[in-house]
Amino acid sequence: MTRYRSITAAAVMAIAIGFAAPVAAADFTLLNVSYDPTRELYKEYNQLFIDSWNAKTGDKVTIRMSHGGSGKQARSVIDGLEADVVTLALEADINAIAEKTGKISAAWRERLPNNSAPYTSTIVFLVRKGNPKGISDWADLVRDGVEVITPNPKTSGGARWNFLAAWAWAQKAYKGDEPSVRQYVSDLFRHVPILDTGARGATTTFVRRAIGDVLLAWENEAFLALDELGEGAFEIVVPSVSIKAEPPVALVDGNVEHKGTTEIATAYLEGLYSEDGQRLAARHYYRPYQPELADPQDMTRFPDLKLVTVDDFGGWKKAQPTFFADGGIFDQIYKPER
Amino acid sequence: MADQTISIQSATAETPLVRLVLMAIAFLFLALFLFLPLVVVVSEAFRNGVGAWFQAILDPDALASIRLTLLVAAISVPLNMVFGVAAAWAIAKFEFRGKAFLITLIDLPFSVSPVISGLVYVLLFGSGSVLGPWLKGWGIEILFAVPGITLATIFVTFPFVARELIPLMQDQGSADEEAALSLGASGWQTFLHVTLPNIRWGLLYGVLLCNARAMGEFGAVSVVSGHIRGLTDTMPLHIEILYNEYNFAAAFAVASLLVGLALVTLVLKTAIERRYAD
Repeated sequence: MTRYRSITAAAVMAIAIGFAAPVAAADFTLLNVSYDPTRELYKEYNQLFIDSWNAKTGDKVTIRMSHGGSGKQARSVIDGLEADVVTLALEADINAIAEKTGKISAAWRERLPNNSAPYTSTIVFLVRKGNPKGISDWADLVRDGVEVITPNPKTSGGARWNFLAAWAWAQKAYKGDEPSVRQYVSDLFRHVPILDTGARGATTTFVRRAIGDVLLAWENEAFLALDELGEGAFEIVVPSVSIKAEPPVALVDGNVEHKGTTEIATAYLEGLYSEDGQRLAARHYYRPYQPELADPQDMTRFPDLKLVTVDDFGGWKKAQPTFFADGGIFDQIYKPER
Repeated sequence: MADQTISIQSATAETPLVRLVLMAIAFLFLALFLFLPLVVVVSEAFRNGVGAWFQAILDPDALASIRLTLLVAAISVPLNMVFGVAAAWAIAKFEFRGKAFLITLIDLPFSVSPVISGLVYVLLFGSGSVLGPWLKGWGIEILFAVPGITLATIFVTFPFVARELIPLMQDQGSADEEAALSLGASGWQTFLHVTLPNIRWGLLYGVLLCNARAMGEFGAVSVVSGHIRGLTDTMPLHIEILYNEYNFAAAFAVASLLVGLALVTLVLKTAIERRYAD
């Protein structure tokens, strides 16, 4: 009898514990394949997401990161890197995954607000302290003796935004006269001594190896360089025209379905649009999609400037093949000298 | 008389001078291009103190990269040791058709750029291949996982052992083995008691070189790794990541550890060379 009772008690206790613990708590591992300059942002966002998801569901989440040039990262996912989400530098790279593997729904851009770009950025100039070469706008980049650092548009998303921003300025400056625009951009690349494969590599070349007079950089990357490598060594110059860069995010349906992470990966991306996500983006020098959610103090750091968008080039579906495909405009104008 | 002495002195004095200059040039060159970079790596590593060095090494991602590097070396070096001995044995002791072709094949990883060595595996096991998706169906991951990294490392480091042993074994000929066989030893006994003792120092030397390269390989591994932090980043890849994160001190800390491993290998190699020469 006593024995029976103790067994019952144990069973009751086991059931009680079973209910007290969150039902069906599980371990999840997400892989976020991203581009170069997002390291610091996602380091912080991942911790935030892990904590909030754990508090909500009791699940234990591990988030793994892979960083590199945006085009190279897309290539890895195409070759079979099991990303749950991709957070890349431009739409064209996610389109490439969607087209080549079918693992991302063709309508991925419509699944999240703002064309699936939770934050945006732009292209600015980073120059050395005191701006010794007196650089104030795009025209100054092709003056004699000015060396420009930008990564390779073939492998780097940021470099493609750099290229289009330069093109946009030249179109305004030369009133749409295409030969002059081509000449300008071609001259610009003649002032580039080194083409790194990714944005971070280019920043390191400029900042650490002290090569070049001006770095064409993501705004967030330029601010970060000031932070990390000592203010006072560099200055940011805001050109008269630049481009609104929309680094998009997408769920890799084909991978999350067979890993069973659809729900959590979707929440991970949606969280980027939450108040916390937007505030973090602004803190890491990305322009949040909803500025009202960010700290007003963080927002004062972003200068107002005239921004064109990729839609002025007919969207990425048109701009990518026209400018950056094999034999495209970049190939036609870029001829390394010597 | 005095003239004579002077001329003799100057004739003998010239040689030590030339010798000194030559030695000075050699030492200067070595100091400038080999020693100085190593000193820079170590001094950068400890710039923020020993505490910071340990912190960088004990970071979970760094530890994971060290574990992965050691694991990959632990798999690829013994395998290449076995392959290398087998290949050298076949080439040095037997005559057969296609021998020249086999020797060329062994040299292939030396002549092919590491990036291509990596891309080969992407083409073989990537999503676009036949093999990759089939293996994935069985739950076997090759690319962007430890097996892919190991395969690329084996490929790149394959020639070290074989290349070291072939000339040695050819030099030694097969007279000892023939004697052993004629005295009634089995093939396995002959290998264990005759061939292996003859080649042991050469073998060890090849294994050390193979190991140094296996731990230091960047290009091929970079292509097949996928760069997932704490999972598929080896030490050289982790160093690049830290460097790209403006974390220079930590990058050099891990680099100094890799240099340390290389130095240990070199010291061992020199010790063996001494023995070997006797």
